[in-house]
Amino acid sequence: MRLKTFPGGVHPPDEKKYSASVPIVDIPIPQKVTIHLSQHIGSPSKPIVSVGDEVLTGQKIAESTGFVSLNQHSSISGKVTAIGNFANATGSNSMAIQITGDGLDKWIELTDEPNFIDLPLEEMKKRIGEAGICGMGGAGFPTLVKLSPPDDKPIDTVILNGVECEPYLTSDHRLMLEKTAEIVLGMKLIMKILGAQKGMIGIEANKPDAIAKMQEITKNEPAIKVVPLQLRYPQGAEKQLIYAATKRKVPAGGLPMAVGVVVQNVATAFAIYEAIRYQKPLVQRVITVTGSPVVSPKNIMARIGTPLSELIEFCGGTSEEVGKVICGGPMMGFALPSLEATIGKGSGGLVLLNKKAASLNEEGNCLRCARCVDVCPMNLVPCMIVSAIKYNNLDLAVKSGLNDCIKCGACAYVCPAQIRLVQYIDTGKIRYAETKQAKK
Amino acid sequence: MNDKYIVSPAPHFHDKTTTKNVMWNVVLALTPALVFAVYYWGFKSLLLTLLGAVSAMVTEALIQKFRKVPITISDGSAFLTGMLLAYNINAGAPWWIPVLGAAFAIAVGKQVFGGLGNNPVNPALLGRAFLLASWPTIMTSGWVKPKSGSLSGITDLDAIALNLQSLSPKAYDLVTGATPLKVAQTLRDSSFVSSIITNTDQGVDLANRIFTNLTDLSAIKNLFWGNIGGCIGEVSVFALLLGAAYLLYKNIIEWRIPLYYIGTVFVLSFFLAPLKGSGFSPLLPFFHIFSGGLILGAFFMATDYTTTPITKNGRIIFAIGCGILTMVIRLYGGYPEGVSYSILFMNVLTPLIDKLTMPKAFGWVKK
Repeated sequence: MRLKTFPGGVHPPDEKKYSASVPIVDIPIPQKVTIHLSQHIGSPSKPIVSVGDEVLTGQKIAESTGFVSLNQHSSISGKVTAIGNFANATGSNSMAIQITGDGLDKWIELTDEPNFIDLPLEEMKKRIGEAGICGMGGAGFPTLVKLSPPDDKPIDTVILNGVECEPYLTSDHRLMLEKTAEIVLGMKLIMKILGAQKGMIGIEANKPDAIAKMQEITKNEPAIKVVPLQLRYPQGAEKQLIYAATKRKVPAGGLPMAVGVVVQNVATAFAIYEAIRYQKPLVQRVITVTGSPVVSPKNIMARIGTPLSELIEFCGGTSEEVGKVICGGPMMGFALPSLEATIGKGSGGLVLLNKKAASLNEEGNCLRCARCVDVCPMNLVPCMIVSAIKYNNLDLAVKSGLNDCIKCGACAYVCPAQIRLVQYIDTGKIRYAETKQAKK
Repeated sequence: MNDKYIVSPAPHFHDKTTTKNVMWNVVLALTPALVFAVYYWGFKSLLLTLLGAVSAMVTEALIQKFRKVPITISDGSAFLTGMLLAYNINAGAPWWIPVLGAAFAIAVGKQVFGGLGNNPVNPALLGRAFLLASWPTIMTSGWVKPKSGSLSGITDLDAIALNLQSLSPKAYDLVTGATPLKVAQTLRDSSFVSSIITNTDQGVDLANRIFTNLTDLSAIKNLFWGNIGGCIGEVSVFALLLGAAYLLYKNIIEWRIPLYYIGTVFVLSFFLAPLKGSGFSPLLPFFHIFSGGLILGAFFMATDYTTTPITKNGRIIFAIGCGILTMVIRLYGGYPEGVSYSILFMNVLTPLIDKLTMPKAFGWVKK
């Protein structure tokens, strides 16, 4: 059978060998955590604790400030020691709450709802909102928003994203192997909330064990189908995944709900299951710590706010000089200046590259070779957008698809002239937003 | 904490393709044709090719020094231009022809526009056009006979007519002194046909026989191996296809342009050529594809990145345009061959084609 896929895309080496067969392990509770107030798309959360307050693990310390916002919880028990600017997982600094632990990890009271699957929908949604869950695949869109489509947009299909098309990362892969039943329960909850009849689980073909396990566990669930997908980047991008699985095209500028689909990452589904059944807030996640310099790469269940340096230490440190530290995957992740930052809700990986792999090639002239055009999954002309931005012609850039770009980086990956197309496009997007703001 | 890590925007991965290895890979793909040229015409063809390449690199370096920009001759693009230019001249040309042609190609075809990636037309073809306009005699005559072959690809002259030389010295001169496309062009000229023999009826008959032999299997075989008269790098279809297969495999060139270009020539030669009345042969399309510079042009010149459309549909339009123009020039124009001018012409149309074929974004909806 031909595997399903989307048009365009690239095929980078997958580099999952380092950590794919390493089971998830818990890391000891960190001494200090910093919980950022902006780990998601939308307005930052508002702190509801002050310096000196005692907090429990799972206690809400910052609350949502609107529909598109999020609650934040302490991931350890201890004392609030600072509220201020700290290094975050995207390479910059932002407001965060620092908690110094008491080493006891005293939790708030969790429940265990035996009939969680039959809870009223409103109660389910309330619990998800309380738990502070956002998309855990990287972008961090508040999950509750995705689960509250307007009435005129009926959802018939829920797609679980287990693609994990970023090279190196294996956190979703391991989670699918080790928490299979819980993920499927999470999915059924999502389907119930949305009233969707169909469920699909998209998994790239390089994870045959996860595909087999998911098929095994869903074999008596006629509504849920496992969809093996071709190995191709960015197979896990929302619009590409929807197209590959259902052949539906999300309209440009629109959301998946326009075609009756909601996509959730597998880790998010797991978090939703825990939130609804145990009322457990999102205070931990699986992160892959990997790359050639890491002595023993691992998939770690870590508390949100754990410093990256502790993760590296836990993996035995490094065996060669590190050239680059990437939070997320190598295609869309963020290069960090140091290991000071702490993990956020969307951090699925911490990838270290050695000096050689991190070295940057000099940028040359665009040859107009059109390799970027051939690989663009959004069917754009990236080199045209970039030259429009270079010459400050924002109108042309927008006409060439500036706002349709999903910043997957496939174009920059293949560019023989080493032009950093995504960086230019990012600049263009910012400038466009500024001029739009100025016009108002 | 140390701050020694490299910070750069995503993606942090890159495939191994660079401008440099693209260019040198194309040079590598062109090498089999050079091996065949050396076999047919001796080391002079190698010398002319190197002169072209070196002249192009020196010109580029001098101009870049003068412009006070980094000297980038190691990227191979100037070498490639010089090499392609030399591939477009005949093995009998004097040494200064590739030198001047390549210098012109780089200076006027490329550097005046700002160098790599900014030239509107293919520099090597512009260099060739410059040579053709300035030294037409050198560029269109004085072909060197390949080792153990003939210029027109017809090896058995007696098959045309018993003792052709004494029957019609004019016809004999034609089939021994001109390249295949020139022979085909001349045979379409009725005043020539009527003058090859005193008796006009016999003249037509003789012309038909020459044409049949020009396009029979043995002649096509000679075209395929390159055992004919022609420019240094264009004659051996076999060697060029070898290189083209390598470039396609390495994903350096894309299939659309060569396929549609050659396809258009195939179709048009099937329908259009017989209309021009020089007889019909079932192998006629192959004659048109294998002769002249079509294979070199379709795989190595019309696929030039900078001067061809970036959109997928644009590339198809570009290639079909090249094919039509090539056949129109070959059958109706003053020159026997039209590949280089058709590509140059379509190069100029490229920005327009790009503009008209801008793709719609995935999921595009009418507003």
